[in-house]
Amino acid sequence: MSSSVKKKGIKFLKGTLLVLMAIFAGGCKKMVVLESKGAVGVEQAFLIKIAFLLMLIVVLPVFVMVIWFSIRYRASNTKATFKPKWTHSNAVEAVVWGVPVAIIIVLGYITWESTHELNPYKPLESDNKAIEIDVISTDSDWLFVYPEYGVAIVNQMVFPVNTPLNFRLTSGSVMTSFFIPALGSQMYAMAGMQTKLHLMANEVGVFRGHNMEYSGNGYAGMNFNAISTTQEGFENWLKGVKESTDSLSVDRFKDINSMFNMNHPVTSFSAVEPDLFNKVVMENMHWMGMPEHSEMEEKYGDEPKGSMHMMHGHGSMH
Amino acid sequence: MFGKLSLSDIPFHDPIVMGAIGSSTIGAVVILGLMTYYKKWGYLWTEWLTTVDHKKIGIMYIILAGVMLLRGFADAVMMRAQQAIAAGGNEGYLTAHHFDQVFGAHGTIMIIFVAMPFIIGLMNIIIPLQIGARDVAFPVMNSVSFFLTVAGAGLMMISLGVGEFSNTGWTGLAPLFEKEFNPGVGVDYWAWAFQLSGMGTLLGGINFVVTILKMRAPGMSLMKMPLFTWTSLTSSVLIIFSFPVITGALTLLTLDRYLGMHFFTNDMGGNMMMWNNLFWMWGHPEVYIVILPAFGIFSEVVSTFSSKRLFAYKSLVWATAVIMILSFTVWLHHFFTMGNTVNVNVFFGITTMLIAIPTGVKVYDWLFTMYRGRIRFTSPMYWMLGFLTAFVIGGMTGVLMAIPGADYVVHNSVFLVAHYHNMLIPGALFGYFAGFSYWFPKMFGFKLDEKWGKRAFWGWMIGFLVAFMPLYAVGFMGMPRRAAHYDDLSWQPYMITAAIGTAIVGLGIACQVIQLVVSFRKREELEDATGDAWDGRTLEWATASPPPEYNFAVVPVVGDLDAFWEMKEQGTAFRHYPVYADIHMPKNQPYGVIIGGLALGLGFAMIWYIWWLAIASLIGIIATIIISGSNDNDGYLIPASEVKRIEDLRFDRMAQAKKEKEEEVEKLSKEEVYEYSDKNN
Repeated sequence: MSSSVKKKGIKFLKGTLLVLMAIFAGGCKKMVVLESKGAVGVEQAFLIKIAFLLMLIVVLPVFVMVIWFSIRYRASNTKATFKPKWTHSNAVEAVVWGVPVAIIIVLGYITWESTHELNPYKPLESDNKAIEIDVISTDSDWLFVYPEYGVAIVNQMVFPVNTPLNFRLTSGSVMTSFFIPALGSQMYAMAGMQTKLHLMANEVGVFRGHNMEYSGNGYAGMNFNAISTTQEGFENWLKGVKESTDSLSVDRFKDINSMFNMNHPVTSFSAVEPDLFNKVVMENMHWMGMPEHSEMEEKYGDEPKGSMHMMHGHGSMH
Repeated sequence: MFGKLSLSDIPFHDPIVMGAIGSSTIGAVVILGLMTYYKKWGYLWTEWLTTVDHKKIGIMYIILAGVMLLRGFADAVMMRAQQAIAAGGNEGYLTAHHFDQVFGAHGTIMIIFVAMPFIIGLMNIIIPLQIGARDVAFPVMNSVSFFLTVAGAGLMMISLGVGEFSNTGWTGLAPLFEKEFNPGVGVDYWAWAFQLSGMGTLLGGINFVVTILKMRAPGMSLMKMPLFTWTSLTSSVLIIFSFPVITGALTLLTLDRYLGMHFFTNDMGGNMMMWNNLFWMWGHPEVYIVILPAFGIFSEVVSTFSSKRLFAYKSLVWATAVIMILSFTVWLHHFFTMGNTVNVNVFFGITTMLIAIPTGVKVYDWLFTMYRGRIRFTSPMYWMLGFLTAFVIGGMTGVLMAIPGADYVVHNSVFLVAHYHNMLIPGALFGYFAGFSYWFPKMFGFKLDEKWGKRAFWGWMIGFLVAFMPLYAVGFMGMPRRAAHYDDLSWQPYMITAAIGTAIVGLGIACQVIQLVVSFRKREELEDATGDAWDGRTLEWATASPPPEYNFAVVPVVGDLDAFWEMKEQGTAFRHYPVYADIHMPKNQPYGVIIGGLALGLGFAMIWYIWWLAIASLIGIIATIIISGSNDNDGYLIPASEVKRIEDLRFDRMAQAKKEKEEEVEKLSKEEVYEYSDKNN
């Protein structure tokens, strides 16, 4: 009995270690979250690794003690000390409460710092001028509008490397979550509301973007390529888009939006109706009998306050 | 007449669904046929359906959980098979709309119809025994609770063949579950199944809190309650505080869907973020509702099989209480990525991490209970050790996701899927399995076969690791959860590995089924006549196995935390009294099964807009409640002579078993002597 337990225990420990090693070493190349190509993602990968190391202080002794105590205090080992009434030790209690408390204090500090640092609403610093991108999701497609350039594209996103990307997100349909794993943070997109996200690519490359929040039958196909290219490449792409004969109005968007569960092919628009993003947000707000958006902008400025925050505030919890 | 329901709602065209329906129907027909043939309907009605005996209700709960576990596992197999195949251009064998119903059904079943009935079943059987009571505080309400859960489970099973199930996961997804995006009956099935069983659970929670607070044996102060009773108490308190939230939230959704209101819609002032908040205000405590009693089981198991008092009992109680309170302060960590302000995320991140402290303390207290003990490696102990090792990995990934900055990149990925399965399989399910094999002799009077029990453990343990460790890795590759297919081929090897893991878990489940069959056939050999199968420490072992209807012929007096252990030490255990008193017990009542049946009718009618049936069922339920409430029939007496007869029988059986054992030992030692003398000659 004892030897088989011992053998099984060791086998199990080995297996666990192997799996852990596989996670941290073997597959790392493909683990885009840990091998991030984005300014935000690199910090997040570092954060994950630090947190893991800290937690191993509590976790590793558990593995050791499970094996050690199981072998040492097995019933057949009558030589081991047996203290059936021993139930209390101040020293042990101090350690088992103290060490986790200490680790959580450290992790709590890291949480405070990193959450402020990695706030998705915080613009990123860079020598290059940021690009505004409006992300509008349907239940199965991503629409990217470049308001500064008056162009838009469905299910593909192109941007220059080392340039901050300022996203505004909303949904024309159900709730979705916008995520490019290789670059960093994800953010929900919700109808009638605006959320924000800031990312920046450190390298040129093609990264996959996904919807992470189940949205219906078109969900699994709701992916896109996020193409990080040089400034020159970006300008060339803009020129190409300008040659498209298709243009995007609110009605055209409604058209795309009304086709449930359909993943559209990549489609470029050389012209975009001004203020399209806000108009899509307002689509769900007409019932309030609110003034048109331009009037609101005058009244409340860029950041609506108070009861207006739902119009295009920061999402929840302000 | 039939509302929206027509023959076309039965998916005759889908071979997979029809196969499932066909096999379930054949199974049901076979069981019904056998029951009619052996004339067991009367027995079923008087001994089980109308029973108010907490032990029988508990056993029925566990049977329900077992059946639903098989259904939920079938869903798991389908999902893992689909994701192992559906890579690149391959769309797999399930359509997107079938796949989404499968993951929704899997989650709903595993949480609401496996975890909940399993643990409530164990609580039902064990709590009154552990506190030296003769039944729960409200025996009829207990039966109502159970049959409401059965009604919910019934709706789940009906949805398989009539209509469709929800495509919005087990959590519901606002506003996808609104009529605008989901005109079908799937969401309604989910909502009504959830709602009915939730009401049953709420009543159960009230029942257990009152039972534990008011019905403990004399001498059992709160700080002398066994840990399983403690954790069940905290779990019941959580039920009372959290279930009304989900009842309310589901009611709002029902108003949206049936009366065109706008609580969670996109327009007209609806707010989908409110659903997330309400759902998880229930949902996070729910996680602790299913896990805390498992912690209690582990505490009992580790102490019994280390033949040692529990280390740092007070610490464990306090840690449990802290977890209970903190569990209400962390719900927002389920949606850090909803655009919350920084300090809101920081607050909920840190409260979430705080839970790791008492949980870590518990893990070490269990380890120090083993320290300097005499550990017997029975199958409950195997589950315990498997839990300890696997659970800390899940705890680690949980704390990781409590850091908002890290959560932003793993949220909603299969990393999250791996994490919560890592908590719920080793944390909750292994605990229930440990409790099941630990208390099985108490329920039925014979032990489960150890060999098959250990095989089952290895199947589950290895299968779990193989199925979920790869998901952590793929999560770091950015794979979204709930994807019916994916185009990144580098994910596929991991998903195939995960599917193999599921197959290994399947072997574990097969071993459990075999274990039940083998143990039943060897029941005489595995019999425990003493009532104390494992050299136990707490009161449930003081009475016979299975316990008589009245549990304790004489209500025990408690002097110590390990009450029964103390009795054994003082030589007062197994006392055969010469005289007994009459015992008053509650009488069987049919109200539970009637209300359950009517609730099933109400749910089905509401789902299919069969208004006359809905109104009739509702009136029926209200009438039944009034009738049962005005029923003065308050039980019956078991005469002292009958108690004496039952107790005498027990002690005769015990004496005989002791004699047989002694003879066996004598025979064995004689053989040894022969062997010894053989060797020496």
